[in-house]
Amino acid sequence: MYDTPNSTEASVSQTHIKIAARGVQVHYGEKHALKDVDVDILDKTVTAFIGPSGCGKSTFLRCLNRMNDTVSVARVSGEILLDGEDIYDKRVDPVQLRAKVGMVFQKPNPFPKSIYDNVAYGPRIHGLTKSKAELDEIVETSLKKAALWNEVKDRLQETGTGLSGGQQQRLCIARAVATAPEVLLMDEPCSALDPIATAQVEELIDELRSTFSVVIVTHSMQQAARVSQKTAFFHLGNLVEYDATQTIFTNPKDPRTESYITGRIG
Amino acid sequence: MTDISPTPAAMPRTHGLSGSLLTESPLMKSRNAAEARFRSYGIAAIVVALLTLAIMLFTILRDGTSAFFQATLSYPVLIDGAIVDKGGKADPAEMAKVTTISYARLLGDSLIKHLADKGIAVEGMTPKEVTDMISKDAPARLRDQVLADPSLVGKTINVNAFVGGRIDGYMKGRLTRESSANDSNVTPRQLDMADKMIEAGILRSKFNWSFVTAPDASDLRPEAAGLGVALIGTLYMMFLVLIFTLPIGVAASIYLEEFAPKNWFTDLIEVNISNLAAVPSIVFGILGLAIFINFAGLPASAPLVGALVITLMTLPTIIIATRASIRAVPPSIRDAALGVGASKMQTVFHHVLPLAMPGILTGTILGLASAIGETGPLLLIGMVAFVTNYPAGPLDGGFLDPASALPVQVYSWASRSDPAFIERSSGAIIVLLILLVIMNVSAILLRRRFERRW
Ligand SMILES: Nc1ncnc2c1ncn2[C@@H]1O[C@H](COP(=O)(O)OP(=O)(O)O)[C@@H](O)[C@H]1O
Ligand SMILES: [Mg+2]
Repeated sequence: MYDTPNSTEASVSQTHIKIAARGVQVHYGEKHALKDVDVDILDKTVTAFIGPSGCGKSTFLRCLNRMNDTVSVARVSGEILLDGEDIYDKRVDPVQLRAKVGMVFQKPNPFPKSIYDNVAYGPRIHGLTKSKAELDEIVETSLKKAALWNEVKDRLQETGTGLSGGQQQRLCIARAVATAPEVLLMDEPCSALDPIATAQVEELIDELRSTFSVVIVTHSMQQAARVSQKTAFFHLGNLVEYDATQTIFTNPKDPRTESYITGRIG
Repeated sequence: MTDISPTPAAMPRTHGLSGSLLTESPLMKSRNAAEARFRSYGIAAIVVALLTLAIMLFTILRDGTSAFFQATLSYPVLIDGAIVDKGGKADPAEMAKVTTISYARLLGDSLIKHLADKGIAVEGMTPKEVTDMISKDAPARLRDQVLADPSLVGKTINVNAFVGGRIDGYMKGRLTRESSANDSNVTPRQLDMADKMIEAGILRSKFNWSFVTAPDASDLRPEAAGLGVALIGTLYMMFLVLIFTLPIGVAASIYLEEFAPKNWFTDLIEVNISNLAAVPSIVFGILGLAIFINFAGLPASAPLVGALVITLMTLPTIIIATRASIRAVPPSIRDAALGVGASKMQTVFHHVLPLAMPGILTGTILGLASAIGETGPLLLIGMVAFVTNYPAGPLDGGFLDPASALPVQVYSWASRSDPAFIERSSGAIIVLLILLVIMNVSAILLRRRFERRW
């Protein structure tokens, strides 16, 4: 039914664990949104989170860079280790964490500044460059990584909000990539895009895998099958099944997973 | 509802519209009628508003424009050294000893001589009646002019001297021969003389800048009264209010919107800010009197005190406007900044604040614009005082010198008995309105200038 990239199967088993989550629980006030999630996210791998709407995919994703800290009612418990370090440790500054764990949001949200400034913002505030030339370099490589360079190289000073939706989203990816993160989180990055832009972003995700660990939330099972090597299926706040993408789509172990991928749970 | 049910010939369906699109269904008709009705209510409301505005502007302009024109005598005067510079050494200290009485004599004698030269005379008119036509203010102005430029001594200069307020009123039609019959300040012969002077081109109505620049004058000299001190007082106050409110208002709003924990205490603060915005301004005047003047010992009538009181009064409004424009910045921009690792502070100052700036500036200017017309609290802190000296420059402690303010000047002129002051009161309103229009237009321009789209 879905074709999965067989060739990557071997490399998955070789990469090491980038993020290890153990017993993660999230409450929004009274609401128990995420229940006891254990998961190992591998380096240099695309991991897809799928599941019906409201099952906690975004919630879990936002735990990984502590964006839930900005939600006053959210309480997170459990343990999330990035390269063996607990990111919820008191000594960890979430601001520093977010430079390492970048995020791309559902709706393209470029700053209302120039294309150049959008990409240069992260490196600037983190003091990653010493000279203008170095910054130019980072902007160029980031835009190239986001497959946007050729389209915007002549108009870097134009405002980022003037680009098309697909270009805006790739600009956001370039902005996230510019701080040289180790993990890139993407929350339904294609849901506001047309099919052509979606295809471009998907291609991009596959390339980003060579440098980062990519975690993508998607509501499209085809997309999960196309871009990911590992897939996690969430349902009602539980992580139901986590396995190689091919296994999830061809041979799911849990009946709930099977119902979902065959379209019986929506 | 019958039109909705299918006719026998129509497709068998239970919902949806049937019938020709070319004829209006009854439901559609009533919907359109409701829309037309609503539109006419709206237009009527706007017409009423515009009409009120037009009537208000018309009356103010009708009553006030004449304040900008003043009946002025123009005739040559020989600045006689024997009178103004008795020592003949052109020594300013020596010349300053000559009082306005001497200058009054100089002006009066020159006028009588000029009239004689021209052959203008009125039967039975005494020389005193002629010289009394000149404003009591004119000698002082001539004296200032000569002291400022001693080289005028010995020369014949053309003097523009105001006539008294009664003759000015006669020329503006405010005063008639009948109404002046019992007026001890003017005689029928003076009115005859005025007619002849107009004919001879000696007496004319001229645009009077000193209405805007001169300080206030006493009840006897309405023709000399000007807005200068009130205008400076108002400008000083607005400048100080801007300097006080913008940083405090923005800081408070940012803290409340972005940093403050959401609990009962911040809710309480929120309620209180809204309440403060609704507190009558006179209450702030009493507060200012108690705190700034009686407790802190600041001088009464000072623009600084006025500014502090108006700051207290406008801060709630500005905080409310600022918070609204901070809240209007889309959360996705905050997420974007936090997502690349910006701190809360960087998020606010690099992204939220620049986007909220047009709204903040508009809110602030509109807050100032409503504060500029505030009279009540200023009365309480003594800004209604009769001030004839300009406050010093801003750097020379002028903020602490006694001054008046435009709305207060309007009030105090309107409450004087001489109708000449009523005219000046309307003139002051025109100046106030011009200031308001300038502020509101700059609010719009700033908004356009800084507006960004996302
Ligand atoms: N800020 C929030 N406050 C309260 N409840 C929330 C908040 N965000 C999400 N939730 C709740 O948590 C659950 C999981 O949401 P989410 O993670 O966004 O789901 P998904 O991304 O899988 O659609 C939902 O039931 C949602 O209503
Ligand atoms: Mg979601």
